[in-house]
Amino acid sequence: MSTPKTKETSRIDFNPPSEGWMDTPVKIKPGIYCHPAKPEKIKDVDMPNAHSWSPLHDDWNLPENWKEIFFEGMRERLDKHRSFKIFMDICVRCGACADKCHFFLGSGDPKNMPVVRAELLRSIYRGEFTTAGRILGRLAGGRPLTKDVIKELWYYFFQCTECRRCSLFCPYGIDTAEVTIIGRELLNLLGLNINWIQEPVSNCYNIGNHLGLKPHTFKENIEYLVDDIESYAGVRINPTFNRKGAEILFITPSGDVFADPGLYTMMGYMMLFEHIGLDYTISTYASEGGNFGFFTSFEMAKRLNSKMYHEAKRIGAKWILGGECGHMWRVVNQYMDTFNGPADFMEEPVSPITGTKFENAKSTKMVHISEFTADLIKHNKLKLDKSRNDHLKVTFHDSCNPARAMGMLEEPRYIINNVCNYFYEMPENTIREQTFCCGSGSGLNASENMEIRLRGGFPRANAVKYVHEKFGVNCLANVCAIDRAVLPASMDYWVPGVNVAGISELVANALIMEGENEREYNLRGEEIASLKEEA
Amino acid sequence: MAMTFSFFAVIAIVVVALIGALSGLHFVFGVILPYAAFAIFLVGFVNKVLNWASSPVPFRIPTTAGQQKTLPWISDSKLDNPTTTIGVIGRMVLEILFFRSLFRNTSTELRSGNLVHGPAKWLWLFALIFHWSFLLIALRHLRLFVEPVPFLIQGIESIDGMLQVGSPPIYISDLLIIAGVTFLFMRRVILPRIKYISLAADFFPLFLIFAIAATGILMRFVFRVDIVGIKTLLVSLANFSPVVPDGIGVIFFIHVALVSALMAYFPFSKLMHMGGVFLSPTRNMANNSRAVRHINPWNYPVKFHHYDEYEDHFRDVMKDAGLPLEKE
Repeated sequence: MSTPKTKETSRIDFNPPSEGWMDTPVKIKPGIYCHPAKPEKIKDVDMPNAHSWSPLHDDWNLPENWKEIFFEGMRERLDKHRSFKIFMDICVRCGACADKCHFFLGSGDPKNMPVVRAELLRSIYRGEFTTAGRILGRLAGGRPLTKDVIKELWYYFFQCTECRRCSLFCPYGIDTAEVTIIGRELLNLLGLNINWIQEPVSNCYNIGNHLGLKPHTFKENIEYLVDDIESYAGVRINPTFNRKGAEILFITPSGDVFADPGLYTMMGYMMLFEHIGLDYTISTYASEGGNFGFFTSFEMAKRLNSKMYHEAKRIGAKWILGGECGHMWRVVNQYMDTFNGPADFMEEPVSPITGTKFENAKSTKMVHISEFTADLIKHNKLKLDKSRNDHLKVTFHDSCNPARAMGMLEEPRYIINNVCNYFYEMPENTIREQTFCCGSGSGLNASENMEIRLRGGFPRANAVKYVHEKFGVNCLANVCAIDRAVLPASMDYWVPGVNVAGISELVANALIMEGENEREYNLRGEEIASLKEEA
Repeated sequence: MAMTFSFFAVIAIVVVALIGALSGLHFVFGVILPYAAFAIFLVGFVNKVLNWASSPVPFRIPTTAGQQKTLPWISDSKLDNPTTTIGVIGRMVLEILFFRSLFRNTSTELRSGNLVHGPAKWLWLFALIFHWSFLLIALRHLRLFVEPVPFLIQGIESIDGMLQVGSPPIYISDLLIIAGVTFLFMRRVILPRIKYISLAADFFPLFLIFAIAATGILMRFVFRVDIVGIKTLLVSLANFSPVVPDGIGVIFFIHVALVSALMAYFPFSKLMHMGGVFLSPTRNMANNSRAVRHINPWNYPVKFHHYDEYEDHFRDVMKDAGLPLEKE
């Protein structure tokens, strides 16, 4: 299946059809959905109702008591999450969220308006769990649960990246991410996950990281990067693995270890640590910062996340330093301590270089690499030559989760301003807390759903296009492994000529290291002089 | 259909009240109905809030709308990303009294292939007008329930009537609530996206509130009623010793029936956003989950892949790769 041209995908109609959404049955289209989870990958992690099915088939082979499972699941979650209960009850359908969703803005599909996405489930809630809905049915906004409704829920809960942009504008703080998270949990009770999430979950659980890199391969991959650093920067680095007694355990999304351009970010971390003489180690066991379990169920998120503390305890680390990743930081900031704490076997994080106490992380004991790096720069602990990045005209994409589930807005900007001379902000309604999703977060970065990824990526890409045309921006910096994995495709499609880079890559390119060579090449092996000439 | 049904539902309430009042069922419509409706409102409202509160908040999930508190030299956004209780209270005050999140509203349009984002304050403005005038009117009505009228209520009334237009003077809040409710209704009819998402449950309260405001204004300016009689009735209601004087106009009973309908409907409807907004976990929690551990009351132990299992599985390749082992 080929991806439609931009001429076609940028013709979007934001006006919905006259036919009401309850009267429009779901039409499942290739290019929009991801392949179903393979049954063995579900069984691998002891999740229920693994079975074979196809989104395009009429019969999804649901378990016999599917309705009971679904309602029972809803009842349980209403009792467990006040958020879910309130969000089912209080929406007034003011529509402020409607044009805030990147999937709606990119597709024009009215069921991608956050209000309708939530109404898909709310209508079931009203029909089954409220007296008015049970008696008045549709007049009270209720509808019965049918197999077609299950298909609709599946189709649209896997067209939401849980980015929370809509929740920012909601006058009651209704968070569609919360609805989608719980909606996906319910679908998982019926064995209806997508494989792009389920296989990484199984890999991460059993092997240690999403791609399933075994311990020796994981180590080898990093050693290749060490070789590259030596070729381009002339410095030999010897990272350690699973080393007991290391002061700091460093965990980053595994995408940084195997996927271009995340690799350069990984090289950046290691060069930074070498430069400051950090006593750290990398684990092959807890070799995944990301958490696709979070896109499956809270329980699965907790099971995968538990490895971080488990490993920190085993090696006796004082605290954990975390790499650049979006949803990883949602989990670390808002869930980890609650899931798997208290981390009382570690110490309150203190930078061994500057002595700064990271008070904001004193309970969870995990610090973000950008917080750590910004502190180093502030204390003049890094020798930097900004001009090495002069061929780059940089803009910064705030990742959804660090922006709206954490608020890490200034640290990355401070770093960029200290390692690059040319930094330009995208329009104000598209950055910071109002940032647009890359279009492929929450486990939707597969290839079979490329059309919806590109459509969902349109609002972000369109803002990049603005600064690309206005200031000649050619580098889209970010702090997220999924961003690094998916934005290159989005840029090639919407704004050719813009590269994607993690911030730590930019830092390392500017870093003046002891014993380094002439630094004629950047971490990508490109000759800096000729890049400057081109720019 | 959603709109038609809601419209006729409100008309039905008016007709029933009209017939009732004309048939002399003044005690039913002046005493029993408002008592019953108020009881339903009170019990229903409290019940709903208690029901919400009975579900725990397992995770600390504020939507952060500003800079976090990290390094001492980076100034944090104390209201949009609060880390303290005072900050949270500030955020909630802004949210509840001034609709902070809605103030942020933008509108996005596609112009020659590009998305253009601009501010969109009309909904915020009219929502604010609608809710504040509703509150003022409700407070102003207290003068009918108590004797003597408290100073504060007198103050509200005189400010509200300060235009000094007409006799009796027009209340500003009456004009504003009609403007607000009309705006909220018109956008549901005119804007295609809002029309698409509107349910009967969205039109019904608008029609109901419009009818309440309209009958109230009619009572003041067109069908004059015996205000002394009304006050006698309402004070007697408030004192739980109901007396229905003769000669109160029919329109009063229609007004009361509509208000009763609103009260009785309230706890079972989206109008509960009034209570819900206080409990919304994305707004009423501090973003301090890395500094203070949040406890999930139903947290339970889960099965996870232990390091020992991992090493047992991969011992040979780990050994070959020179990775340290717990057991050789």
